[in-house]
Amino acid sequence: MTPKEKMAIPPQAMPEQDAAVRARNMNEVALGYTAEMAKTEASRCLQCPTKPCMQGCPVAINIPGFLAKAAEGDFASALDVIKETSLLPAVCGRVCPQEKQCQKFCTMGKLLKDVDKAVAIGRVERFCADLARETGAEKPVACAPKTGKKVAIIGSGPASITCAADCAKAGHDVTVFEAFHRCGGVLVYGIPEFRLPKAIVRHEIEAIKQLGVKIENNFVIGRTRKLRDLIDKDGFDAVFVGTGAGLPKFMGIEGENLNGVFSANEYLTRANLMKAYLEGSADTPFWHGKRVAVLGGGNVAMDASRMALRLGAEKVYLVYRRSEAEMPARKEEVHHAKEEGVEFHMLENAKRVISDGKGAVAGLECLKYELGEPDASGRRSPVAVEGSEFVLDVDTVVVAVGNASNPLIPTTTEGLEINKRGNIVVDPETNMTSIPGVFAGGDIVLGAATVILAMGEGRKAAAGISAYLSK
Amino acid sequence: MNRIISKSRLSDNVYKMQLEAPLVAQERKAGQFVILMVDDELGERIPLTIADADAEKGTITVIFQTVGATTTKLSRLEPGDSIAALLGPLGRPTSIRGENGEKPGHVVCVGGGIGVAPMHPIAQALKAAGNKVTIIMGARNEGLFVMKDEMAAIAGENLILMTDDGSSGRKGLVTEPLKELCEAGAVDEVIAIGPPIMMKFCALATKPYGVKTTVSLNTIMIDGTGMCGGCRVSVGGKTKFVCVDGPEFDGHEVDWDQMLSRMGAFKPQEQAAKEHVCKAGIFK
Repeated sequence: MTPKEKMAIPPQAMPEQDAAVRARNMNEVALGYTAEMAKTEASRCLQCPTKPCMQGCPVAINIPGFLAKAAEGDFASALDVIKETSLLPAVCGRVCPQEKQCQKFCTMGKLLKDVDKAVAIGRVERFCADLARETGAEKPVACAPKTGKKVAIIGSGPASITCAADCAKAGHDVTVFEAFHRCGGVLVYGIPEFRLPKAIVRHEIEAIKQLGVKIENNFVIGRTRKLRDLIDKDGFDAVFVGTGAGLPKFMGIEGENLNGVFSANEYLTRANLMKAYLEGSADTPFWHGKRVAVLGGGNVAMDASRMALRLGAEKVYLVYRRSEAEMPARKEEVHHAKEEGVEFHMLENAKRVISDGKGAVAGLECLKYELGEPDASGRRSPVAVEGSEFVLDVDTVVVAVGNASNPLIPTTTEGLEINKRGNIVVDPETNMTSIPGVFAGGDIVLGAATVILAMGEGRKAAAGISAYLSK
Repeated sequence: MNRIISKSRLSDNVYKMQLEAPLVAQERKAGQFVILMVDDELGERIPLTIADADAEKGTITVIFQTVGATTTKLSRLEPGDSIAALLGPLGRPTSIRGENGEKPGHVVCVGGGIGVAPMHPIAQALKAAGNKVTIIMGARNEGLFVMKDEMAAIAGENLILMTDDGSSGRKGLVTEPLKELCEAGAVDEVIAIGPPIMMKFCALATKPYGVKTTVSLNTIMIDGTGMCGGCRVSVGGKTKFVCVDGPEFDGHEVDWDQMLSRMGAFKPQEQAAKEHVCKAGIFK
């Protein structure tokens, strides 16, 4: 096919549940491509010799390489190419912000002058991974001969899963320590079922167990055992800290501790991990607000808004102090949230939570904002408009303005260097911390970031660990 | 893992269980707690303070009252059964007077209801650090006292029993002898553990005397590691997480009304869940 012919192929839309229906159920919103659609979409790839898309991928997947295989209908080989550098394609195909990564650089998108018309790389990636999982066609992974070295992995989110898998493949004896009763970290407590089915996460956890990785749930390093004890007493040769951000930020406004105000972490954990959506079966109670305000503009804010709808809210307001262009959320999530009926309140911000006089939320006083000069992040900074106060009539407020880094490991581990934001300081090449043999990666190092970046960090740390252990 | 070694019923709705938890038993210090789940599919996560531990045997003791669905389900388990999930020890250990440089002195421990259970290891540690320990125990009636003998072994003649109906010890509230002791001027520190309302009034009682008063809060929690923020309370005008910043705080600084209100956030659902559990099972 000539480039011109390729340009004429229509971008394949993702089949989805109807917005009105899905806004009231927990099933996955995006249903996935058919084989024919995946093939067609992959064949839109121009196979640019410079591979610009790869610069946008944090783990540098050979994107044209896998798309070429997919375009031939050889999805198994396509998956092999992806797995050369990425471990969790079924997850990343769903949750990566592709429009800011690979697809942002896609020549097809540039030619058609619309990033939304770039090759839908993530969707094809997802199809390849789903097909192999659903048909049991995943190839067994070979592990290197045993090295006799023991590696402890703290946490079981994306960074940790990746690091554990790579360490096991390198022949090390790996144990994962997870504080929760289920593995997956943010993939199970944070990201909802309707965006990332938990069966996929379970499958990935099973896959690392198949590699011989041992898992200790209900085990919190820093409390059940100190990090240094793992090395000094328990015979571990190296440790990876992948404990994530995990300390919710609040706004610091009046009324924030009223009943009905939740961190997005709590709101989503109750609904997802603790299964509060199974009304009448789960013991963990849920706050069934009728009118919910969600504060923030990231993916977590979208998840919380859409969860509120699914758990019976009549009105959901998304309050964000900048404009939609500055929103850090994935475009697709913004689009889905709107379709489902979340009402967007841009350039507004909460000033105080109003009490009903009995300890619960009776409303949210907000201020209008306008955009001023660009700030340190490069985004135009929001400035409050004086005297613009108004009240949103809500009974629930969910605060989704990000996470700071969890202090549990740094405060219980002597000699572990952290920066002023509380993130662990690592060598950028090896991800080793200030303590020899102790490595870290993911949000605990980066601050709140994305699944794919965390995964890339886990992979880099695993290489660092192997190099350290072979000395 | 997490096997129940022994179980006894201390009063109508209070149970004591010894659980196999070797790592927790080894690491725990006075004032710390565990989070447990009776069912790790659909169960909830609840915090329980560690009342005692035996590092050699690898066991911890918890004492709990059947107040909700999970504690009711827990009370129905028997020795040999296992707890589905047990995480700990969590929270910061109690700062024991005399252990961190300051001089030992006279410490009054106030335990209300089953708050006596978490007080036990603290009182033990205070005594071991060379303090004079006075223990005030309060209950509605004589039958509701827990661990009376254990506390008597620590406090000796300085054990003061208070009941609402006068069926044992003095009739009245724990705040009465607390005030008298403060009035006499010989109290260096107070630790109060029990129902929030009792802790609130203990803090109010000691405030005029300027006696440092530490309380241990048992708020609603999910993860217990600082991730959810569900346990937050205002202390000295600042928001604190009970799971990682506590569970112990300066009682004079805690916003009690807010804390009491937050404890009741899910009351209707909790009540319905408990009724469901009670009807579904045979109450032993």
